[in-house]
Amino acid sequence: MDDIFGIPAPLLFGQLLLGLINGAFYAMLSLGLAVIFGLLNIVNMAHGAQFMMGAFAAWMLLAWGGIGYWWALILAPIIVGITGVIMEKLFISKLYKLDHLYGLLLTFGLALIIEGVFRNEFGSSGLPYRIPPELSGAWDLGFMFMPVYRGWVVIAALILCLATWLMIEKTRLGAYLRAATENAALVQAFGVNVPRMITLTYGFGVALAAVGGVLAAPIYSVNPQMGSNLIIVVFAVVVIGGMGSILGSVLTGFALGIVEGLTKVFWPEASATVIFVIMAIVLLARPAGLFGRA
Amino acid sequence: MPLDRRSLIAGTTAAALAGLSGRPARAQGVTLKIGVLNDQSGVYRDISGPTSVACVRQAVQDLGGKGFNVEILTADHQNKPDVGSNIARQWIDRDGVDVIVDVPNSAVALAVNGVVREKNKVYLNSTAATADLTGPQCSPNTVHWTYDTWMLAKSTGGAMVKAGGDTWFFITADYAFGHALERDTTAFIKAQNGRVLGAVRHPLGTTDFSSFLVQAQSSRAKVIGLANAGTDTVNAVKQAAEFGLTRRGTKIAVLLMFINDVHGLGLQAAQGLVCTETFYWDLNDRTRAFTTKVKPHLAGNMPAMSHAGCYAAVLHYLKAAADMGADKAKANGAEAVARMKAMPTDDDCFGRGSIRADGRKIHPSYLFEVKSPEESKAPWDYYKLLQTTPAEEAFRPVADGACPLVRS
Repeated sequence: MDDIFGIPAPLLFGQLLLGLINGAFYAMLSLGLAVIFGLLNIVNMAHGAQFMMGAFAAWMLLAWGGIGYWWALILAPIIVGITGVIMEKLFISKLYKLDHLYGLLLTFGLALIIEGVFRNEFGSSGLPYRIPPELSGAWDLGFMFMPVYRGWVVIAALILCLATWLMIEKTRLGAYLRAATENAALVQAFGVNVPRMITLTYGFGVALAAVGGVLAAPIYSVNPQMGSNLIIVVFAVVVIGGMGSILGSVLTGFALGIVEGLTKVFWPEASATVIFVIMAIVLLARPAGLFGRA
Repeated sequence: MPLDRRSLIAGTTAAALAGLSGRPARAQGVTLKIGVLNDQSGVYRDISGPTSVACVRQAVQDLGGKGFNVEILTADHQNKPDVGSNIARQWIDRDGVDVIVDVPNSAVALAVNGVVREKNKVYLNSTAATADLTGPQCSPNTVHWTYDTWMLAKSTGGAMVKAGGDTWFFITADYAFGHALERDTTAFIKAQNGRVLGAVRHPLGTTDFSSFLVQAQSSRAKVIGLANAGTDTVNAVKQAAEFGLTRRGTKIAVLLMFINDVHGLGLQAAQGLVCTETFYWDLNDRTRAFTTKVKPHLAGNMPAMSHAGCYAAVLHYLKAAADMGADKAKANGAEAVARMKAMPTDDDCFGRGSIRADGRKIHPSYLFEVKSPEESKAPWDYYKLLQTTPAEEAFRPVADGACPLVRS
């Protein structure tokens, strides 16, 4: 058996693949953040909490309504997206004229409140959610054992990322959105309802986080702090990719998943820190991020 | 400061509750102050948190009216050793707290241990795991009540090796607790001619364990030992099932699991896992009676062994205080702990037992297997008993602990 850097090759390939799968989650979450930041100029610190709400919505639909995974994949993002729309109307819309910092503080506060409420209601040790029977089982790839569900996560993430990118870059609606970011007053003068468009964009970004939550529910512990474990890493991903760059955040998400996966083989203790080391280096060398416009 | 307000509210409610129990407290008597210091908002909330506070209140209610008043304070140490030891200092110096109870998270527990000893108060630790509390770091002011890493290693680890699992790979939480648990389990594996093929140390609060599980799998070990706790354990077990490890014959040794973790996993994912606890609500008539009594105050949670330990430790402390005089117990923490060690213990949760010279409370440990969904007849009906280790054998022998208090 061939060794690469003292690690057996099959093990290394396995880790690369697993890194890609984790990268799918980073990509999906950073995509939502990038959409919200790019079009609303809001640093959405509540994104982790909304990811968690997506997972809990899936659990509630199943436990209280008997509604299974596939419907939850559609319903949970809609439900959580609506809470996002309400949040935007009530709070965030008041902050567009102020500095970024205010939006960051407001959404961070909201995240703490949301997590506190869920912790009080559901405790901290989590709730069970099963892998849907259609996606349980695994493929034997020779060099590793690949659960079907993980494959599904990568495919779903790729489809979502691609669809979002196409919608924003290639459709008329996306063109309106980008134009409104550049000059809201002018777009409004052409008869486009800009405030409503912005509200719906926030709702869409939040719904993306919720899809991530539903996808995560069967494999990660569904608990109130599940989002806060992930969100800091995802922010690092967005910063590395370049704030507001959609394609950048997706590519960086996948790439950093792989880097983290490899760190777990070579130096497991550092796996929580490696992304931040990269972030520091990127900020020193290219303050606007790898794909950002300075 | 939010801490003060919260403590004050908690204290007042406790006093009101003690009053409600029907035994009028004597106004002129001494007031013993008990501080419940634990995780109220993080990963260990369900195994400590508000449920521990309710259990301490129950103990005060069960043993009120002995000629002294009891006041209960609570605080959140946020799993940070500096926050924990600061609160302990403030409580003792400013608020006159006499006893600190619970304190999950081994790193925080060891920090608080030093503070309580320096101030000569009483430390009743229930939820931390490190066996060092009664080993090199033992203190005349400390009682370690519920469980420790050595006892978990012996019960779960020993049983696994005996059943043929002689090669191990560890997935270990990278802090004081994980290291202690891995060290103690390794000693048992080697003593029975088993081998440890490898180990990974992961940061606390890791979400994805797939990389570690694949590494464990490629080591071809028969047993994967999880030397972590709470959400980390839940995530690791969930993903081990997903990667088909258990289906292909690899055994998972969950070295520390509480009933609340089983609840979080669901029986579908947790069935067949083997774990060790010193208390289970459905163990006997006395444990069921205790559970019926506290259940209404727990907001849907179930008492785990850690909560039972808070109840039993405070109950025994109050008995000792009543015996020696509350003013004496208040004046000298080490003397109060010495009295606790001199008296035999007896409570609904752990039955009869005793506290050793090194501060270790001893009682039997139970090896449980998690039931399958079909076997479980009622909510929280999760365990079947596989094996009982008697109190004298369950914990590390005093002579092996390197505790300076018992050195001859």
